[in-house]
Amino acid sequence: MPQILMPALSPTMEEGKLAKWLVKVGDTVKSGDVLAEIETDKATMEVESVDEGVVKEILVEEGTEGVKVNTPIALVLGEGEEVGEGNRPAAQATSSDPEGQSAVPEAAAAPVPAEPKTGGEAPKFVAQNDPDLPEGVEMVELTVRQALNEAMAEEMRSDANVFIMGEEVAEYQGAYKVTQGLLQEFGPQRVIDTPITEHGFAGLAVGAAFAGLKPIVEFMTWNFAMQAIDQIINSAAKQLYMSGGQVKAPMVFRGPNGVASRVAAQHSQDYSAWYSHVPGLTVIAPYSAADAKGLLKAAIRSPNPVVFLENEILYGSTGLVPKMDDFVLPIGKARIARKGADVTIVSFSIGMRYATQATEKLVAAGVDVELIDLRTLRPMDSDTVIESVKKTGRLVTVEEGWPQGGIGAELAARVMEQAFDYLDAPVLRVTGKDVPMPYAANLEKLALPHVDEVIAAVNAVTYRS
Amino acid sequence: MARKATATSATTQPNVPQFTNEQDLDAFREMLLIRRFEEKAGQMYGMGLIGGFCHLYIGQEAVVTGITMASEKGKDAQITGYRDHGHMLVMGLDPKGVMAELTGRQGGLSKGKGGSMHMFSNEHRFYGGNGIVGAQVSLGAGLAFAAKYTGDGSVSIAYFGDGAANQGQVYESFNMAKLWKLPVVFVIENNKYAMGTSIERAAATTDFSKRGASFDIPGEQVDGMDVRMVHDAAKRAIEHARSGNGPYILEMLTYRYRGHSMSDPAKYRSKDEVTKYRQERDPIEQVRARLLEAGSVTEEDLKKIETDIRAIVTEAADFATNDPEPDASELWTDITIEA
Repeated sequence: MPQILMPALSPTMEEGKLAKWLVKVGDTVKSGDVLAEIETDKATMEVESVDEGVVKEILVEEGTEGVKVNTPIALVLGEGEEVGEGNRPAAQATSSDPEGQSAVPEAAAAPVPAEPKTGGEAPKFVAQNDPDLPEGVEMVELTVRQALNEAMAEEMRSDANVFIMGEEVAEYQGAYKVTQGLLQEFGPQRVIDTPITEHGFAGLAVGAAFAGLKPIVEFMTWNFAMQAIDQIINSAAKQLYMSGGQVKAPMVFRGPNGVASRVAAQHSQDYSAWYSHVPGLTVIAPYSAADAKGLLKAAIRSPNPVVFLENEILYGSTGLVPKMDDFVLPIGKARIARKGADVTIVSFSIGMRYATQATEKLVAAGVDVELIDLRTLRPMDSDTVIESVKKTGRLVTVEEGWPQGGIGAELAARVMEQAFDYLDAPVLRVTGKDVPMPYAANLEKLALPHVDEVIAAVNAVTYRS
Repeated sequence: MARKATATSATTQPNVPQFTNEQDLDAFREMLLIRRFEEKAGQMYGMGLIGGFCHLYIGQEAVVTGITMASEKGKDAQITGYRDHGHMLVMGLDPKGVMAELTGRQGGLSKGKGGSMHMFSNEHRFYGGNGIVGAQVSLGAGLAFAAKYTGDGSVSIAYFGDGAANQGQVYESFNMAKLWKLPVVFVIENNKYAMGTSIERAAATTDFSKRGASFDIPGEQVDGMDVRMVHDAAKRAIEHARSGNGPYILEMLTYRYRGHSMSDPAKYRSKDEVTKYRQERDPIEQVRARLLEAGSVTEEDLKKIETDIRAIVTEAADFATNDPEPDASELWTDITIEA
């Protein structure tokens, strides 16, 4: 292209000063030669020649201020080229020439944005229903810990690309014994103790997933995953999109989340809302032993990066799990724990414990509660919640996390958007208090959600005193 | 490991490994393609066709060229930071796809959804293109972990800059890579400036080849402006990693002629410094001089190569200019995979 144009230093630059010419008419230039210097208030930049040729004309004198981006500033003709209509600018463009932009040759102009489109609606996620259990299937009582352990062992047996790494997962048998026995069965190649290096091993696992493996990364607790959150979000969650669908990160990040007991602010935090915010991630937070098993198996098989939020307090709680060769539950489907008509309570993970206890008391008092366990936080099963609220006209949410930007806040927004006319009362949230977790026993108790708070919220939305 | 080199010394070094004419011609072509491609990208950025960040590789061409020549193409994995165009071109990714990604068009390698810093190819085993400084070092160790896990015999080559070399996760990765004897070559492209901060102002010790000393990872300083030196060291490092000895560090002493990104004020270094490198140490001119001196090729032969490469770059630029933007429906694709 014979015309040398005023370049932009940044996407926001509109004009600049042509500070200095380093060539004169008649000079022969080759690619890479510096032709001129331009300046803006923040930077100086050299204009290099891209092609070989002879400088035929200088169109903007040095020292000219306010030269608009893409204004022709010189003509450089290659061998055999001549000055003609095609390459002579219509007008010189400087600050004294406000019409200068008209001189921008069409081919050089930035692309005209396509017709503004909305991009359409987000595709709607439709969850599968839970599979029907075979008739007469035996139900066995397992702790959540055992259920998680079985899920990993079964998936590692069926897929050699599945491995687990984390702090103390192997020889110590797991800081919370969730990986007990895995080293003995699968060996040190697949059950890998890491140094205390969350950022590094999370990134390493993401790289291994890019290369086709299916890592399970155990964080001793999710509090320590803060060190690794960049790799979880910037590398794992965004990779598929950034690569135009080419590079996958099929992996599970798992470990205990939320408040333990008397371990204070740095070791007691609920990350549910944090990770549920991020497109590209799947976020699961089970309550029951059966859900823990069926959903962890689904998570390990998922082609997407999954954040699997367990709870230390729940590890020892028991539940009935179907004894099947392959019990897998669908990701993204809420479970209606109790059907009812008067009020909807929605919770997940350990929040279900408060919600369940409150429901028992409320039912005894004559309130017909519908209790929903979200189980998966992203994609969130709005449909089940909306359908319920259309029936009950009332919603109370329960979670251990902080109120601002929480799961309850999200549910309240969705219900307001999709079922406003059905509401008979404002949505109320029962959450952890908006404070860092205190250590003192009495303060810790105050900071957590209470069964009584759930009951009070239900009484408020049902206008009972 | 006490191999030393300086990128500024123009004197002939003893024991410089020699290239065959064929190798010199290969290197000349690859490096020239990067140079011309990047010049065109810079020009297109100036015209507003490329947006956002655009980090050019001009001046550093010998590093990725020499290393890739020493690697097994299609088998060994490579990963780098945001200054990634050169890596893709040498690894054989389609220049049209790279340029169209820079302009954000549907034919870009990431369908226009990644941009300059986010391009990948499973086929060529190129894993980006990473915008977070240092993240590629852990990811690259993970690629090596997968190689060891599957026993596929591949090596992972993880490039990062002198700036990234001060990030914490780099040392976490060094530790695990050595602990588990992962087949990874860590390539520190020391171009002397992390954005505008010189290594002397950012690093307590500036010999980056020694950064693996605490983990007993061998390291070399290499003249990264001489493609023969790069190739020779890379062969050694890759062989070390491939034969099960664990990681190896190569500090490539190199130099970028252009700013950190397109919007670089260029106030932190002198013009003379840049000029000196360009005139005395240019990686492409070194090869050109060598080829002509050997008498195996003529000026005309090299001009023919120049013309061919210019045509490739022009074709890429034309494609990237005329290819349509991604369809609006692409906004909602590739977020997750439906199981």
